[in-house]
This record gives sequence, C-alpha cells and structure tokens, in this order.
Amino acid sequence: MTTQKPLRVLILGAGSGIAQATARLYAAEGARLGLAGRQPERLAVIASDLRVRGAVEVETFEIDFMTADAATMLSEMAAKLGGVDHIILAYGVLGDQGGAERSIAEAQTILDVNFRSAAAWALAAANLLELQGHGSLVVLGSVAGDRGRRSNYIYGAAKAGLAVLVEGISHRFRDSGPRAVIVKPGPTDTAMTAGMTKGGPLWATPEAVAAIVRRAADQGGPVVYAPARWRLIMTIIRAIPSRIFNKMNF
Amino acid sequence: MSSYLQRSDILPWGRTPQSQMQVAHPSFLDELAVLAPQGWQSPGRLLAGGLRRSYGDSCINDGGALIEMTGVDRFISFDHSTGIIEAEAGVRLADILKLAIPAGYFLPVTPGTKFVTLGGAVANDVHGKNHHRAGTIGRRIRGFTLLRSDGSEHVINREDTTGLFAATIGGLGLTGIITRVTLELMRVESSNMTVQTVPFDNLPEFFSLAAESDATHDYTVAWIDCLAKGDRLGRGIFTRANHSTDGERLVSSGGGPTVPVDAPGFLLNRFSISAFNQLYFSLAGRPRQATSSYDPFFYPLDSIANWNRLYGSRGFYQYQSVVPPNSAADATREMLQTIAAAGQGSFLAVLKTFGETASPGMLSFPMAGTTLALDFANRGSSTLSLLDKLDAIVGEAGGRLYPAKDGRLPATMFRAGYPRLDQFRTHIDPGMSSTFWRRMTR
Repeated sequence: MTTQKPLRVLILGAGSGIAQATARLYAAEGARLGLAGRQPERLAVIASDLRVRGAVEVETFEIDFMTADAATMLSEMAAKLGGVDHIILAYGVLGDQGGAERSIAEAQTILDVNFRSAAAWALAAANLLELQGHGSLVVLGSVAGDRGRRSNYIYGAAKAGLAVLVEGISHRFRDSGPRAVIVKPGPTDTAMTAGMTKGGPLWATPEAVAAIVRRAADQGGPVVYAPARWRLIMTIIRAIPSRIFNKMNF
Repeated sequence: MSSYLQRSDILPWGRTPQSQMQVAHPSFLDELAVLAPQGWQSPGRLLAGGLRRSYGDSCINDGGALIEMTGVDRFISFDHSTGIIEAEAGVRLADILKLAIPAGYFLPVTPGTKFVTLGGAVANDVHGKNHHRAGTIGRRIRGFTLLRSDGSEHVINREDTTGLFAATIGGLGLTGIITRVTLELMRVESSNMTVQTVPFDNLPEFFSLAAESDATHDYTVAWIDCLAKGDRLGRGIFTRANHSTDGERLVSSGGGPTVPVDAPGFLLNRFSISAFNQLYFSLAGRPRQATSSYDPFFYPLDSIANWNRLYGSRGFYQYQSVVPPNSAADATREMLQTIAAAGQGSFLAVLKTFGETASPGMLSFPMAGTTLALDFANRGSSTLSLLDKLDAIVGEAGGRLYPAKDGRLPATMFRAGYPRLDQFRTHIDPGMSSTFWRRMTR
C-alpha cells in the first residue's frame, strides 16, 4: 500500500472561527498546513493546537491581505509547503451596516476587504493552481450575497461579487485539473457574529460549516451552501417579489 | 461593557435558578486583557464559566459578569512519551480523549460526563468511579496559569507553597481565571473496559461488595433503587470494572438522540425505573461479565444530549453527599429511608465508596467514606424540606455536600463541612465572585 503524501493546505485568514475549525479537520488528517493572517501571536497559538491535533507541519505567515502582493506571497507560501493542494480563502469582515451607510469610506473598507482584496487573492490562487495543473480553491462566501437586504447589503454585495468571480474561475477550470468552489454559509456562531442574538435552527456551528468546506475541497460545487438547507431557503428568498420582500424586516 | 452581552437565558445544568449576567465569549486568551478588567470592575464581579455541567449556582454570577471560556479551547502541547498534556482552559475532556486514546492514554480521573472543560474540572476538583484508587483530578494536575485581578498571570505548579495551588483546585473559580492547565494522563492498553455487573439485595450487601471490589477493580459504583423498602432497602446493581488489555484503541464516535424541549416532568422517572428493573431482573441474582467500550461505561448519559431537559421547565436539584466510614452504614440507611418515605426524588441513586487518597484542594469534596448522589425534581418547598432533612443526617454523621452539585446548600452546612474554608478565603481574588459564593457569605 503506498503511503499517501500529506495534503498541503494554505488557509488565508486562519484566525477566523470557520478557518480554525477547518484547519482542525485537516490536522486530524495529518496535513501540512500554512496559516496566513494578520496577527502572528494568534497564528502561533493556533499552530500549536493544530500540531497537537496531528498536523505534520504548520507554517505561519503574517500577511496583510489588503497590501501584500498576492501572487508573490502565494508562491512563497506554496514553496514553503512544497506545493499546495488546497487553498482556503476564509478571511472577511462583517463590518457595521449602519456605520457604512453613514460613512462611504467605511462602506469601501467592507467592499475592499471582502471583494477587492479577496478577488485579487482568489485570482492569484487560480493562476497558481492552473500553473500547477491541480488543486482546489475554496472561497468562503455568504448567503448574504444571494439577495440584497437592508440589514447587510454592503457585505452582501461584496460576497455576491466574490461568488460570481469564483463561479467564473470554476468555469475557467473546466478543461484543466484544478477546481474552484464558493461555500456560502448561513449565520454561523463565531466571533464574527458576536453581538447578534444567536441560537435557533438557522444558526450553524463553525464545525458544521467546516465539514462542508472540507468536503468542498474534494468534490462538488461550484456553489455549495452550508448547511445545505440554505440552498432551498435562498431559492425561495430570491423568488419573493420585491413588493412583498420590501415589507419584510430582516 | 464592550463585547459583553446582557443575557438572561443562561442556566446551570439543573435549569434553576435564572440569572441576569453580562456575558463575554472570547476566542483567544489575549482578549482577556480587555475583558477581564471590565469584569472585575462589574458590581457583581466576574466568574469564568465552562460548559455549565454544575447543577447549581456555582457556575453562574447573577448581577455580575461571566466570561465563557469554551471558545478558548486550544491544545498547547502533548508529550506522547510521558502523557503530559497542556491546554487552554476551555478544552473539553471529550477533546482530550480523542487525542489520548489513539496514543495509548486515558483521563486519569473522569466525572460522569466528558463534556466539562479543563478549567471546570480543576475548579470542581472532579472525581470519578476510580476515586478509591486515584483520588481526584487535582492529584494529576501538574500546574495551571491563573489570571488575577492584580493584573498578573501566575504560573502555579503543584510544588507551590503559597497555598494558591491548593486553593484553586476545587476553588470554584474564585481564585482567578484559570487560563491554561497541565495534566498528567494515564497509560492504558485499551479503550475497552471489562465490566462486571452484580445485583445485590440490600444495603449491607452493598458495603461488603464495595469492600471486596475496591481491592480488585479500578472502577466501582452502584445504582440503588430508592423505592425499595424494609429488608430490601438499598437493593441495587453494582458495577465494577478495569481497563481491558485487548489492545484496541478506538475513539467512540458519539452522536445520539437529543432532548430538544423541556419534557413533562414524569418522563425521566419512568425511563430510569423501567431500565433499572429490566436489568435487575434479567440478572436474576447472578453477576454478569462483559466487555464494553469506554464511552457507554463512563458516559452513559452523554449520549442523550440535553437529558437535563427531561426534568421539565422547573428543573431539578442534584444532591451529593459523603459521610465518613464509621457512620456510613447508618447514615446511608437513614437517608434512603427518608427518601423512600417522602416519595420524592429520582428512583435511582448512585452509591460509591471513596478511598483514603487525599486531594490537594482546600475545598475538595471527596473524603474517605460513602457518597450518595441523586436527583430531585424541583417540586418547590416539599423538595427543599426533604433536602433539609437529608442535610441533618449528613451533618450529624460528620459528612458534607458537593458544591458542584448544590443548588441550596445552607451556608452553615457548607462551613461545617469544609474545615479549610477560612484558609481558602485568604486566596480568593476580590475581582471574582459567583451566585454560590454570595449565597455562602451572605
């Protein structure tokens, strides 16, 4: 029986709740992990945890995704890992919708982080994987991108753009080895949603979403909802005529 | 207070009492630098919380602040050659088992649920079915890190002579925020247990079975039928077990039904009494031997998520006492008679003999003798007066009650049962408090 080489996985935005839960799944498989994020002390703490949980190697990279050159950094990180099999793009900022309506600059930050920057990294990742001829790109989107609604449309707009981008990358890959998937979680209980009233059947744990992200890296897509029931929910939500939708309060 | 949310829906495991708290849920220890000072300055002070498996008010801080540590759940290191594991305080015993078992280790001491945090296990100095061999978990704690309101993080190991180590073990979180813990695991050859189930007809038979079994088995415990009276008082089923040597090391996958809503109160008794009777009568007076995986042996209730909801919306009290050896037989008999006469309480109780092994904790509950644990559906004043009667028996016998289980322990009984209480007080962090502590010091 041939020994499987450990999976080499890059996680961009490794400090997020979903990213950590996903990284733990990879660690349990004995993967080689590269964790990229802004706070090196936190990355170090996460890295120790992943090593104890079985990751054969964990490298950390302090990166500001807004300012760093995506293509250069990705090559460096991939080289450190000896190649890359899966790239998970998991960083984002929810922002404050009210504040973003009052301050265009704040709105632009939300759009820049969640779309402009994420798109650059997604495209750089696509190029790297295409050059390699293999690998998976999994990008974290959101159900908020499926329809604009008053409580989070700026964040939603960024995620909507990102979804179309990733769908396009998937289409680009149709004749070649690599794959691209956008995973759209519904509300998930992590630090990003701190301050919201949680609980109830519409909320998911980061572990549940991570399992879906992990699976998406192997198969399926290009659009995956997490949990799956959101596909039906959003189909219905998209179908509601605006006459009626506009009266709704969420 | 930034990042704190007002919550009124947080309940201990017994689902009573309710509380209003400012609650924070950090994901990283570095967040405590901002969260903790806010909590210490709250009028109700601060308590660090875990998975809230404590039945009573030791895990809530009504009118104050609570930092839930369950998000701070990372491992720091695990030495496979020594079995020494270091982790953040929010790590669950269930998570430790997932790593320990494949490496040939097990928890040296485990309570009846694996869904407790390391911090909570230390703060309650938990014990298990192997107390007569291993003592409490406090004996296997090499050290921990404690964040105190003097602003400093103290690394305290078992060689500590200041008293802070002994005060924190079983210290109910009152000495500071436990941030990291180093634990010594125990080597095992298998994830399976060889289990013997022995029916017995009355209380004297329990005591002789316990004496005999403590010598031959690492794990012993008995289930008692609280309805049995007369010469069948204390009839039950004795379970004794050792780790198997068959070399299998499988982590149980878990999963199971959940109780989604508060059930009508009568349901639990129906289940438990019929399950007990089925087993008791099927044994037909003879012991039975079997091999079992560790999970159903140690954690039978964990497979039913939210089983506490079977007690309904009024909740329940769990009562756990220990009485010293010379008064154990009489006190236990009197307690069972009182419970049977009142017609209250769950039909099943747990009975076990504790060993001599002392714990390092100043407020540690176990002592040599016999411990009885059972639930009482909360029926208001009739329940409370029954518990008062039991208190009297326990107090007179020179015993004490377990704060982790308690919801109504009188302060006088607490003081009488814990002779090191005054010594403990000198180590309390003025920034920390809990509803339990305020009740004890009113």
